[in-house]
Amino acid sequence: MHRTSRLVTRLSAIVLAAILAACNNNSGSTDESANPAPKPAPGAALKVGFSQIGAESDWRKANSESIKSEAAARGVNLVFSDAQQKQENQIKALRTFIVQDVDVIVFAPVIKTGWEPVLREIKDAGIPVILTDRRVENEDLYTTFIGADFIEEGRRAARFLADATSGNAVIVELEGTPGADPAIDRKNGFAEVLAGYPGMKIIKSQSGEFTRAKGREVMETFLKSPEGPSITALYAHNDDMALGAIQAIEEAGRKPGEDIIIVSVDGIRAAFEAMVEGKLNCTVECNPLLGPILFDTIEKVVAGQEVPKWIATEEGVFTRQTAAEDIKTRKY
Amino acid sequence: MMRRLRLIFSPLAAVKWALLALALLLLFNLFFTPGFFDVEVRDGRLYGTLVDVLNHGSKVAIVAVGMTLVIATAGIDLSVGAVVAIAGAVAATLIADHAAPWYLAVAFALLISACFGLWNGALVVALRLQPIVATLILMVAGRGVAQLITGGVITTYQDPRMTWFGNGSLFGLPVPVSLLALVALVCALATRRTSLGLFIESVGDNQPASRLAGVPDRAVRLFVYAFSGLCAGIAGIIECSYIKAADANNAGQLLELDAILAVVIGGTSLMGGRFLLVGSIIGALLMQTLTKTLYMQDVSADIAPAPKAAVVILVCLLQSPVVRERLARVRQLRKGAA
Repeated sequence: MHRTSRLVTRLSAIVLAAILAACNNNSGSTDESANPAPKPAPGAALKVGFSQIGAESDWRKANSESIKSEAAARGVNLVFSDAQQKQENQIKALRTFIVQDVDVIVFAPVIKTGWEPVLREIKDAGIPVILTDRRVENEDLYTTFIGADFIEEGRRAARFLADATSGNAVIVELEGTPGADPAIDRKNGFAEVLAGYPGMKIIKSQSGEFTRAKGREVMETFLKSPEGPSITALYAHNDDMALGAIQAIEEAGRKPGEDIIIVSVDGIRAAFEAMVEGKLNCTVECNPLLGPILFDTIEKVVAGQEVPKWIATEEGVFTRQTAAEDIKTRKY
Repeated sequence: MMRRLRLIFSPLAAVKWALLALALLLLFNLFFTPGFFDVEVRDGRLYGTLVDVLNHGSKVAIVAVGMTLVIATAGIDLSVGAVVAIAGAVAATLIADHAAPWYLAVAFALLISACFGLWNGALVVALRLQPIVATLILMVAGRGVAQLITGGVITTYQDPRMTWFGNGSLFGLPVPVSLLALVALVCALATRRTSLGLFIESVGDNQPASRLAGVPDRAVRLFVYAFSGLCAGIAGIIECSYIKAADANNAGQLLELDAILAVVIGGTSLMGGRFLLVGSIIGALLMQTLTKTLYMQDVSADIAPAPKAAVVILVCLLQSPVVRERLARVRQLRKGAA
């Protein structure tokens, strides 16, 4: 009896040790946090805390994957935390990073506002903050922002459309979620370039909430309005809405990509497939593969070098002429 | 005599405000929205804005029919939006990743949806959780389940028999309209031609008393939640068929609120005990007509909820017994003065 209980104790100790070791492998953080040392000497492994928004889209997943694999390649100790689209989770994660005494905190904020208290705590702890993908309103509380230039994406979409239609187009626009940063900026950038082309007009603009179903439903409405038959071009703030709209255009008996020239933003895989089929004309990339540029920046920040307040990511414009080749190299 | 007549027509009276609002809205469109009533025949099917309203309205109406029975038992089902996402995810994944035939995918998706409904019912009946709490669990967790099934990506497929549900036509109208007719007919027959309807109303009115009177109240409540899950499953098939893909993150988003709104506008009280299937369907069509009108009037999406709220408040005010009594008194006073 006594012996068995001792056996059980021993077994459970082994299991516990195994679990601890496994945790250690996953997060790679326990050894250092158990033994809090001052800032690492140059050459020692960097410890970076990264709080991601969630895994809500293909784009986001590619984004996380890029950051994780780059960290592994450079031997950086990355503490990854998924906020499941909730700000309170993200704030908790940031506080945990302070306790774990990471060297740099990186996060993609769920929303723009409400970060001041936690960002002050981080500042008091002397940890630099890098934002990815989206910004917060408190400019003085972060070191740098790495992300896409949504306005430039809008401009590029407009320039493509101007080229493809020789400056003459009757355009309808599918906007993103009302109030969202990408929706506002992509709209403004597009309108800015359009101002130089008197032959190009947006006749209707409505939110498709970044989803396929809404994109299709709104496009249906556009096509059935009295101006519907005159539409010659579509600008969608993301690929998913364009893919939904393509179905509505087909249902209306018109040819997407021919009768109606379509340009959208993001560059997801399904958009390339649509371009190969000739139904989508162009997608302006919004690059999720931020890993390399992020860790370049982190190294500069840790070394005490100056970095600009905003580092724009490199992004391409893809058309269907090259889609069949491009699709082979797409990672997301 | 008058009293008796009023009793007979009371269901109609409850629906009449929703009908009136719908009629006014259509009248507005007749004068101010060019092209709203244009309907033409294309490839043997009707094509036009009104057809779109019926098409999209049917999806909400099917969910609202299931919701009506739940609400009639003084319950509520917040999980329908999540079940829509799950049903779509199951069907699309089976077809795209496992090459399952379409009928198996549909049957399996519907079965799973009904099971999730049954789960809600079990929480309410066996654990005596309040319906709003019991179904909130699945509302929150369900979308995660759907994401898990699809692996977090938008699963697309091409099987034309599967895309028929959201894109094909039957009797010249989009398929969802026929599905709605089928669901409503089955539901109406089951509740009005058998004692099921009476049981549901009695459970909603006074559950302890109905149990003492021998009504199988547990079975009735299990049934309504399972039926609501099934209806949500049908809507899920329609939605995932419509975009030829399962979008677990967005499918059926906020659909539970649309469905509850449709039921309430249709004159069914959230207190339970009485229900109007026709009312819920009209309520769903009213909301869809309103959405379409706002689109066609180029009302931007950030302010679109405001006119919607105005219509809902108006219909609810007109339905309120207090307001109606006051109105009647004012009318009588005027008569007296004249």
